[in-house]
Amino acid sequence: MTRVFPPLTLAVFLVPVLAGLAGTLLPAFGVLPGVGGTPSLEPWRDLGAAAGLGRSVALSLGIGVGAAVLSLALALGIAAGAQGTRVMTACRRALAPLLAVPHVAVALGLAFLLAPSGWLARLASPWATGWTLPPDLPTVPDPFGLAAVLALTLKETPYLLLMLLAALGAVQADRSVAVARALGYGPVAAWVRVVLPRVYPLIRLPVYAVLAYSLSVVDVALVLAPGTPGPLAVEVVRWLGDPDPALRMQGAAGAVLQTGLVAGVLLVWRLGEAGVARLSRSWVTAGPPTPTATPTLGRRAGPGMVLAVAGPLVALVALALVGMALWSVATAWFWPAPWPAGLTLDTWRRHLAASPGPLWTTVTVGVAATGLAVALALGSLEHEPARGRPSGRGSLWLLYTPLLLPQVGFLFGVQILAVFAGLDGTWGAVVWAHLLFVLPYVFLALADPHRRLDPRWRRTARSLGAGPGRTFVRVVVPLLLRPILFAAAIGFAVSVAQYLPTLFLGAGRHPTLTTEAVALAAGGDRRLIGVRVFLQAALPLLVFGLALALPRVLFRSRSAMAAGEGTV
Amino acid sequence: MTLALEAVTLHLGTRRLLGPLSLAVAPGETVTVMGPSGSGKSTLLDAVAGTLSPAFRLSGRVTLDGRNLGGLPPERRRLGLLFQDPMLFPHLSVGGNLAFGIPRGVGRRARRARVAAALAEADLDGLEDRDPATLSGGQAARVALLRVLLAEPRALLLDEPFSRLDADLRARVRAFVFDHAAARGLPTVLVTHDPDDARGRILTVAEAGA
Repeated sequence: MTRVFPPLTLAVFLVPVLAGLAGTLLPAFGVLPGVGGTPSLEPWRDLGAAAGLGRSVALSLGIGVGAAVLSLALALGIAAGAQGTRVMTACRRALAPLLAVPHVAVALGLAFLLAPSGWLARLASPWATGWTLPPDLPTVPDPFGLAAVLALTLKETPYLLLMLLAALGAVQADRSVAVARALGYGPVAAWVRVVLPRVYPLIRLPVYAVLAYSLSVVDVALVLAPGTPGPLAVEVVRWLGDPDPALRMQGAAGAVLQTGLVAGVLLVWRLGEAGVARLSRSWVTAGPPTPTATPTLGRRAGPGMVLAVAGPLVALVALALVGMALWSVATAWFWPAPWPAGLTLDTWRRHLAASPGPLWTTVTVGVAATGLAVALALGSLEHEPARGRPSGRGSLWLLYTPLLLPQVGFLFGVQILAVFAGLDGTWGAVVWAHLLFVLPYVFLALADPHRRLDPRWRRTARSLGAGPGRTFVRVVVPLLLRPILFAAAIGFAVSVAQYLPTLFLGAGRHPTLTTEAVALAAGGDRRLIGVRVFLQAALPLLVFGLALALPRVLFRSRSAMAAGEGTV
Repeated sequence: MTLALEAVTLHLGTRRLLGPLSLAVAPGETVTVMGPSGSGKSTLLDAVAGTLSPAFRLSGRVTLDGRNLGGLPPERRRLGLLFQDPMLFPHLSVGGNLAFGIPRGVGRRARRARVAAALAEADLDGLEDRDPATLSGGQAARVALLRVLLAEPRALLLDEPFSRLDADLRARVRAFVFDHAAARGLPTVLVTHDPDDARGRILTVAEAGA
């Protein structure tokens, strides 16, 4: 029975992705499905003639590569410094909630924090800065997209770190480091030499996903990156939404260019990995420093360095969200007061009475996409023991496809497909579009705990007379309840954060908290933005809280389950 | 009730892991299969129980009272399985664990009565609502056997079920298991690498591929 799940799961997202790529490629060469046209290179000529194209591409590259390099460096630094210490657990606890907060919420919060009239300037003015008026500084957006790099780094570092921690367990990093340290290496030097080379291949896909995402991000760029011209993906979205078919085809060509850009950078990055590996080969085995040598940074660094890196990351996000929460309950907040003049719930009442729709849509789409994703992932995984071998690395790459392709590269094609199917602008189409991005994360979160489940649990249940269905419901699901709920919480957070899929497939008829927040960003009503950002951040955090609390409550009198040993 | 293996052979890929093995276990009799780890003796029990991973290939026949078990799903073979660990479901109470295998047709009241009677018989009276994680090693081992017996098995398959217990406890649990098996006339197959645990007829399987 479980046989249907793997092909069904693949079909659910490979069909739209492939059709989406085709549906983007055709108009890029002059054929707009539904409108017609003859194949031509006109869209590419238009694209080449578009004002500021070079600057757009440069901006995309700078933001994308900058954010990926910085997040990877920070995540590696934290993991290396904290290896085997208690700081590691603290880091994991402190950084995990950052995963739940949507990118846009972080971006909008940062925008208020860093703006010339923002919170940081207010807290320091005029006593420290001497500013009596907001200074005329281009901080948000800054001309180089640095604020966007910062926002992306705040979000991607915790993600890469959690992926790293999972990988570290798989390679028994603690023991390797102990061996290397006994041979005379400092903790970080040991980690870089004996753990990194084995752990990097395990986090390669997440790193590529971060790279692809940062290179083609739209929502964060709309809030924090310069606008004239914006990064390539932002320009492409603007063109694709234009009523003029010629501009839409130019946008399709831009989408193909964006896909090429991501592919090119990934290729260069891959070659870079090989280069680094080759160059460092002799360095890895060059031997430890002599005991009398002055300690280098790599020898001295440790938990202290970790706190110095991770602390500000968490603090910035927390400050950004608190700032927006304060705005949502502010009567007025004049420059340069550090606090609002008074507090009120008026904005909340006004907002919730006027437009409960986006909140409702966010919840229903999130629950539906997450529910489907959990069902498909569990179904596919359940097929593995039946088949006797786990799916190989090949299917993992397939699963990552929607995360390695720029969203603008295929969502336009998916939208065209939805128009033909009569599905565009429906709630179901939005759920499906979200599912493309929710499913990979849910599957990845569930795969390891599911594969680690002791096969003897199933054998015991079956030999006691329980059929496959009863074994699944009464034994497998309860034993895996904790990871299942955690995966669902991740899925829900991913859904809440989706911007482009909602925009393209919802045809503007199903606004969510995220699309509304981005739409408001340009307007500048900070109180209203505050409400949206607060809801956007609070909703996934609430779900994470529930996912952690529920097993504790359900299994409060079962100590092995409460301790999380049920899955071992 | 006789459990019989007829020319049972196990292959992993093209490599022969074990067998051909022929064996008949009479009602109430215990046969011990001995061999070093890696000799495929646990896999043999999986093959009999019907929980063999598809990576392995089984040839030959397994019959219970002359009826071929091949092709039957594990839940319809009615063979009681005990592992090294008691494998008590950690999310269920002791009573929930015991009731898990009582056939569907038995009513609520009768189920409760059977659970209580089984616990009383093992000097574990009134432990229905206990968290299995709070049981001692010996108690958990006894509950595991009771759970198997309440499912009304027609034969027992024991996969080194005593190896995690300390010496003193081991003798008592061993006696508890074999007394029950004999009292019910269950054909029993025990696999172990420890000569101390061996019982009845002993069959030795060699190192894999040797």
